[in-house]
Amino acid sequence: MLEMLLTVGFIALQSVVLLVSLLILIAFLLLADRKVWAAVQMRRGPNVVGPYGLLQSFADLLKFVLKEAIIPDGANKGVFIIAPLVTCVLALAGWAVIPVSEGWAIADINVGILYLFAISSLGVYGVIMGGWASNSKYPFLSALRSAAQMVSYEVSIGFVIVTVLLCVGSLNLTDIVMAQESRGLANLLGVPWFTMLNWYFLPLLPMFVIFFISALAETNRPPFDLVEAESELVAGFMVEYSATPYLLFMLGEYVAIVTMCAMTTILFLGGWLPPADMVPFTWVPGIVWFLIKLCFVFFMFAMVKAIVPRYRYDQLMRLGWKVFLPISLFWVALTAGVLTAFGWAP
Amino acid sequence: MIAGLFFYLFAAVAVASAVMVITARNPVHSVLFLILTFFNAAGIFILLGAEFLAMILVVVYVGAVAVLFLFVVMMLDVDFVELRQGMLNYLPVGATVGFIVLFELVLVIGTWTLSPEALQAAAAPVATGLTNTEALGQILYTKYIFFFQIAGLILLVAMIGAIVLTLRHKQGVKRQNIADQNARSPATAIEIIKVKPGQGI
Repeated sequence: MLEMLLTVGFIALQSVVLLVSLLILIAFLLLADRKVWAAVQMRRGPNVVGPYGLLQSFADLLKFVLKEAIIPDGANKGVFIIAPLVTCVLALAGWAVIPVSEGWAIADINVGILYLFAISSLGVYGVIMGGWASNSKYPFLSALRSAAQMVSYEVSIGFVIVTVLLCVGSLNLTDIVMAQESRGLANLLGVPWFTMLNWYFLPLLPMFVIFFISALAETNRPPFDLVEAESELVAGFMVEYSATPYLLFMLGEYVAIVTMCAMTTILFLGGWLPPADMVPFTWVPGIVWFLIKLCFVFFMFAMVKAIVPRYRYDQLMRLGWKVFLPISLFWVALTAGVLTAFGWAP
Repeated sequence: MIAGLFFYLFAAVAVASAVMVITARNPVHSVLFLILTFFNAAGIFILLGAEFLAMILVVVYVGAVAVLFLFVVMMLDVDFVELRQGMLNYLPVGATVGFIVLFELVLVIGTWTLSPEALQAAAAPVATGLTNTEALGQILYTKYIFFFQIAGLILLVAMIGAIVLTLRHKQGVKRQNIADQNARSPATAIEIIKVKPGQGI
């Protein structure tokens, strides 16, 4: 009995540590996002709170928490309150299975990648519920848009994941990373120490690009932020939200983005593995490599936000269904064919 | 013990939310409770060791089917007060039908026995030492690949049929032609006009 309680307590402690470090990371990534955006537009960005504006996110947190939360008169109260909670909790739940270093996952389950896929496909509920419960036209229209958008891009994300799984032969996230350590392009080219070539972003380059763009669409990042296109829908499904509920939506969105960055890192950039199996690189602990790769992917997300104009809605749907779906389907068949023909299938 | 606790938690929430699906006044609430029921069913699958089925249940039913469901229910404008008015008139008929079905079910299940040979000749004995993703894959894609493909073909035909039946090309609707839009160049798209002050274009 005592042993069981200890186990449960230990898992709870791990989860709390993970969540706290994740939230602190996100506070600074949010600032980095704004700074990158500002730098591209030759502005300074937030620079008042703390040195170089480093504490800006914490000031924003205080502001949101201390403001009055307004619930509109005609809103469906229960659903209105639950919606941001759903967004935030689901986004955070994804991190239970992500291995940030070897053996550093809270739950190292067999179907880890499917779990992540399921969690990211549920993100749409927060948006739909929030849009409907607000009982207002713009949030509702935006909720309908986002439901269609997220369901469309899930399909191509699913196919990209299938291609990677074909190469790995397992749905476990740790196995996916370990498969990129020893097998792959580097061995074929005769440079086994240069493990960076083993990572799947090179052999599966088209799928890497499709995954990156679909991840932008799935998390409603610009240029696919039609959910909150301010020129058409004011602020999208968040129009009626204020204070803490709004903060939860915002937080859930950023956690989902960081989860997508982590997924890109694990599926295509070799997770916590060093870029070369040589002395100065292997000295650095795995978590540092993981964070470096994650921040790099996030930087790419931020740059896309800064330099690409917003898509039109019909273009978005066309891209998802008529471009990405056929290409990813073709690549699944091609990858399976190549793996079987050369006997590389695990 | 923890597994037992969680079983009762999932089972209780699943049953309670299933009851709420049919008793909730607001149809959107009904769908949300239906989603909660799916979730708890997935939880029970995990407790049974069928983690692949659990995840597929969440991805397919909760992530896709229920979203479309919610979509439709939100956009329907049904007056539920009006629908409920005939309730008392139909109650005796409904109750009779329900009672007959219950009676027949009890009759059938009460006398249900399985012959020992039937258990021996199970269609696909589960291989030991495999994760259930692999076991399912071997059964579906290796052992019964043709049946699986035929089922897929039938679904494809049904899908094409549904599209053909509902596709209408309305005349006189302005459509976007992406190829035309991409083919435009500054020479064809931009016209520079010098406007004199005080005059319109």
